[in-house]
Order: sequence, then structure tokens, then C-alpha cells
Amino acid sequence: MTPFSFEWQWNIEYIIFFGLLYIALGIIGVGITFTVIKTGLQALGFMRERHF
Amino acid sequence: MDSPLLPHGVKRCSTWAFFFWTLPWLALLAWGGLSAFLCLWKGLNQTNMSNVFAFALWIVFDLAVIALGAGAFFTGFLTYIIGKKELKNIISTAVIIGFICYSGAMAMLGIDIGQPIRGWFIFWHANIHSMLVEVSFCITCYLMVLAIEFIPIILENRKLEEIKELRIFGHNLHEIMAVFAATGTFLSFFHQGSLGGMFGVMYARPFAAREGFYIWPWTFFLFVLSAIACGPCFTILCTKLTEFFTRKKLVPDSAIQLLAKISAWLISLYMVLKIADYLGWMYGVVPRAGLTFESFFREGPYGVYLVVCEMIFCGILPAIILMVPKARQNQGWLIIACLLNCIGIVLNRFLFIIVTLAIPVMPFDRFWGYLPTWQEWGIGLAVVGYGFLLFSAAYRYLPIFPKERELNPITE
Amino acid sequence: MKKGNDHGKHKYGMVINIDKCTGCGTCMVACAAENNVAVRADQSDKERTITWMRLYKISNGKEFPHTEVSYFPRPCMHCDHHPPCVSVCVATATKLDFNTGIVSQIYTRCIGCRYCQAACPYGARYFNWWDAFPQDKGMDRYLTPEVSPRMRGVVEKCTFCHHRLMRAKTLAYTEDRRELEEGEYVTACTEACPAQAITFGDLSNPEHKVSKLIKHPFTFRLLERIGTEPKVYYHSSRDWVRKLGDNFLPGEYTPVVNQSWAEEEWSTKPGRDEF
Repeated sequence: MTPFSFEWQWNIEYIIFFGLLYIALGIIGVGITFTVIKTGLQALGFMRERHF
Repeated sequence: MDSPLLPHGVKRCSTWAFFFWTLPWLALLAWGGLSAFLCLWKGLNQTNMSNVFAFALWIVFDLAVIALGAGAFFTGFLTYIIGKKELKNIISTAVIIGFICYSGAMAMLGIDIGQPIRGWFIFWHANIHSMLVEVSFCITCYLMVLAIEFIPIILENRKLEEIKELRIFGHNLHEIMAVFAATGTFLSFFHQGSLGGMFGVMYARPFAAREGFYIWPWTFFLFVLSAIACGPCFTILCTKLTEFFTRKKLVPDSAIQLLAKISAWLISLYMVLKIADYLGWMYGVVPRAGLTFESFFREGPYGVYLVVCEMIFCGILPAIILMVPKARQNQGWLIIACLLNCIGIVLNRFLFIIVTLAIPVMPFDRFWGYLPTWQEWGIGLAVVGYGFLLFSAAYRYLPIFPKERELNPITE
Repeated sequence: MKKGNDHGKHKYGMVINIDKCTGCGTCMVACAAENNVAVRADQSDKERTITWMRLYKISNGKEFPHTEVSYFPRPCMHCDHHPPCVSVCVATATKLDFNTGIVSQIYTRCIGCRYCQAACPYGARYFNWWDAFPQDKGMDRYLTPEVSPRMRGVVEKCTFCHHRLMRAKTLAYTEDRRELEEGEYVTACTEACPAQAITFGDLSNPEHKVSKLIKHPFTFRLLERIGTEPKVYYHSSRDWVRKLGDNFLPGEYTPVVNQSWAEEEWSTKPGRDEF
């Protein structure tokens, strides 16, 4: 009930559900991180900007 | 007055005109704000929800806007994954509509639950067997994706584009948009489906219960299909409404017609499967519970006419109109068909929510009726006001219609 | 309390004899008093009053002079195996305890989404639309100390007076006993019923009266066909009462015994009450 009581069970349903969720969140997180880093490098001049 | 913020090469109304345009929507927001305050301060007794109608107007609105906002993920899927280039002219609109729908729905849900401060329990103490948990997780993640898809559009604002870092950030986000579109499609598939699954799994409510495939009742797949069938129609309607108020053409016909044609095929498929589902339910689930189709509509305010409307006037009819090219290309018929389609999907959600609860299951229980209070309307309509405001601001300050300049050359 | 505690599996259930029920409502009042159920000054809005035990009035639907009326007490059914409310709860605030068969509700976990209310076909779950007790006026002085009052915005329901089970188990433990005797743990409604229409006990214990009563052909459950597997059984010699326990298509209901109620009720045959 408190934030420290993390509920987890080692069964396939939990693994599939939270696995897929973390994959989705992970893709979003990696995408954003990648974009931020790339922006930073380009803004500071370490990388060339690609213009459409 | 705000001309430095307006996009290049397009005409916008004066700042005062825009201010007066925002007033009715601000009034709706104010009404919603007051209602929300009352509900949070005094409790949910401010509504007409009861132990019979545990789900009511807000849940109907939530499910309706989430279905209508499906145009965002579906258009994104068609544009970035399938590669339909014409839809690039309407994708920004679709994303903004989606963002409005989902953020509005989340705000409404925050007021709807009895203990809003405990809302995070859904994530921290999740019961993974509950469809509503699946819905909550996917909607929250998808709102994140929509925000990410919205950011580059905002960064295209004239003044913001002048800031080098923001411009680069916007461009870089745009480059990997396909990744977010794909994730958004995955998340949307599951939450649109789980919203249907929510009602199909209620095996003790014969009106809503459905059989299915493994853990997913048929309503799971029907809700996804109906969402992607009506989402593009809602995008078309919003575009047409914007064109009406701004008195100019904003999106080339190729994009509109493509969406309408895809919608036509999807509604037709949905109708076939929905009829099959109704038949399977009428001859399977219902008699097994000892009931008949007529018994659900014996008394009470919710009659068979709702099913007739949902299937015929708001289902088969718009499918036919959109399938016929001549009708689809006629502006009037296109708008009517899109409107009927969207109403049909809202009716479908209404049936699953309100009518399920109105019908008694115990033989000695009674039919119930329900009408929302002004507080409930306030919060529901506040989402409409919020939508108009946000979309108007986006249209005014951001180049959300790439072909606007081409379709409306300004003769000096 | 782990060492020496009773770890046996029980399935607590109830048999309610509709023929004995007079509709007095004492069960409703006893339940509300025992479980600190919130009451408002005006209880006329029946859609929002909280009645863990609720009395329904049923009738055979015939015209005078053949009209028959009866009363149907309905607590929470504490459905077995796969209760419709437990699987849908978002925050795992309700659970089926496999050791006692009781479906519990954790008020401090509940976020008030009311999905369980929508899923329950019996209408056994109640939402706190208002804040419970006025803090002043001394209304807290009649509260049962063993039952936590609920806050606004959470769902509550009949708990088979679970606190009485805890009380009985504690007493048994202090007396160095591991098993509870029949009658040591009964719900408030069982205890209060003046007609003794409610029998409560362990359905899986063959010595308890309830486990014998459920085998009687006159015993039925509410909405049995839907598959909720309730632990609350009803008993009536009257066909029309049994017919109201579930939905039947024409011709589906088979009468149990072809005798009129009056004949059976006034019969002086020895062993009439037993099976």
C-alpha cells in the first residue's frame, strides 16, 4: 500500500504485461534521449545539421 | 497585435476578433472548472450517478472522445508506417485532435474517480487481469506519445523557429516520428481494444458480456475497428468545420478522399462483424442466461430504436454513402456520412455503458433511467471548450495545414 | 498469529430461508449498526443509500386473491472462484480469500472507479457518494470499534462480518483451540434475524448445518446460470420464489416438487424440516 510495497509476481502474465509496457516506455525514452543528445550536439556544432 | 507570432504568408483575423471567438469556449471552461471544483470539494453526490449508474455521462464522453481521437494514431500509422504521402497534409490536425481528446479524457477521469489523489494506485498496485488497468497504462503512455508528436508542431511557430536549439530539436523529433507513430499505434490498438474488453468481460451482465478469443472478448476487436473507422471521419469533420469558420480551403481533396475511402471500407467491415457479433450474442450469451433480446428492451427509456439507429442509420447508411465515389466526393454527403458514422460509434459506447447498467439482471430488480446534472454536463462540455480553444490557437499560431498557402494564395 | 493458527480451508456461506423471512428488516438494521454503515438524514434516494444487506419485496405477479408476497434478503453473494468484481478491480482493492471464501474490500486501496459496481449483477456493492459521519453531534460514539468507517469516494460491501471471524479466531486461540465451532462465528444478520431464517456456517464442513441445507432440492442460488457461484443460498418450498431466483426461457424451469406451498407448510409429517 505504501510506495515501498512493490507488487510483483513471477508469473507469465506479469512478465508479458509489464514487459510490453516497459518496452513501449523504453522506446519512447530512448527516442527522446536520442533526440535530445543529437539536438545538443548539433546546436553546439559537433554534428552537422541535416536540412530537408 | 500578435502578428509576429502568426505563420508566414497566411491571413488570420484580427486579435480582437480572435479574442471574441475564444469567449464562449472560455465560458465552457469556466463552467467546467466550477463543476470540477464542486465535485472535488463536495464529492460525487454532485452528479446523478448512483449505485445503479456507476458509469455515466463522463465515461460515455471518455469512451466517445477516445474513439473519435483514434484518427490521430491511425493517420499517423498510415502516414509514417504505410507511407501515404497525401496524409502529410492532415497529420498535424489529426495529432492535435488526438491530443485534445486524450488530455480531455484524462482530465475528466481525474474527476470521475472517487479518490483522485489515489489515481496512481492504478499504476502502482495494478491488477493486470483488469481491462481497465490495461486501458489506463496504454492511455497514459499514448498521451505521452501524442505530446511528443505535438511538440514539433508547436516548435514550427514562427517565433520559436528562430531559436536555433528549438528548431533543431523539432526537426530531429520529426525525423524519428515513425518510431513514435509505431509505438503509438501499438499502444492505441491495446487501449481501444481494452475499452471494449472492459465490457465484454463482465460475464455477469448478459447485455454486455461476449465470448471471444482467449482472454479477449469480441468487443475488444470490434472497439478497435470502430475506432479506426470513425477516427478519420472525425478528423475530416474537424477539418471541414475549420474550413467553414475560416472560410478557406485548408486540406487538398486527395487527403480527405483517401481518409474517407479507408473509413468506408473499415465501417463496412465493422458492420459485417458487428452484425455477426450481435447474432452470436443473441443466440449464444443471451439464451444461456435465460433471457431474450426483447427482454432487454421491455421497459425503461432505452429501447430497440437505439440499436436500429446504431446499426442502420449510423452504420450501414454512412458505409454506403462513403463507399459510393460520387457521394463521397460531394461535400454535403461526405459531411453527413462522417457525422452519422461518429454518432453511430458514440451510440455504440452509450449502449455498452448506460444501457448495460440500466437493465436489471436479477429478475425482481427494475429498469432504471438516468439524466446527468449540470455539473456533469459542465465537465463534459469543458472538454469541447478546451478542444475549440486549443485547436483555434494551434490554427492561428502554427502552420498546421501545410497546403494552406498553396490553396489560398494571397493576392497583394 | 502464525504459530498454531487455523490454516484450514473454509468456505463460509449462508442459507436464507425465504419461507421463514417475514420482511421485518432487522437484518438490514443489524448489519448497518454492526458495520458502521453511513446513514444520511434523508435516506429516501434508494439509488444512493448504502444497504449491505438489502431486502427486496417479491411477488408471484398474480391478481387477488392469488397474490403472494415474500421478502428476499440480499447480502453480498461472495462469489466463488472467479467473482466478477475481483477480476475487474483496477487497484487490487478487492480479493477473494481462498481460505475463508470471503470477498474482502480494502477501503484504503480503493480509488473509487466503480468498475466493480458495474460488474456486479446483484447490486451488492455500494459507493460512498457522501462523506460519512458528521464529525460533530457525537455520531461517532455508536460506532463498532472493530469495523473501520469508510471515507468518501470508496466502494464498500457486505464482508460476512469478517471482524467477527477475527474475534472468534482470537478467542479460540486464547483457549488453545484451532478450529472454530459452528455458531462461534456468525454474521450480524444471522444473529439478529428474529425468525432465524438465516443460517451461516462453513459450506465445506460436512458437519455444519449449511452444508446439509444446500443439498436440499428447495435450495437455489441467485442467478446461478451466469456462473458467479455465489456462497449465499436461498431456500423456499414455493415454486414462484425459486423461479425468481434466475432468468428462465419459457419451458426451461422445472418445478422441484409438485405440491402447493400451503400443503407443504402445514404438513405434519415427521421429519418435514430435515433432509
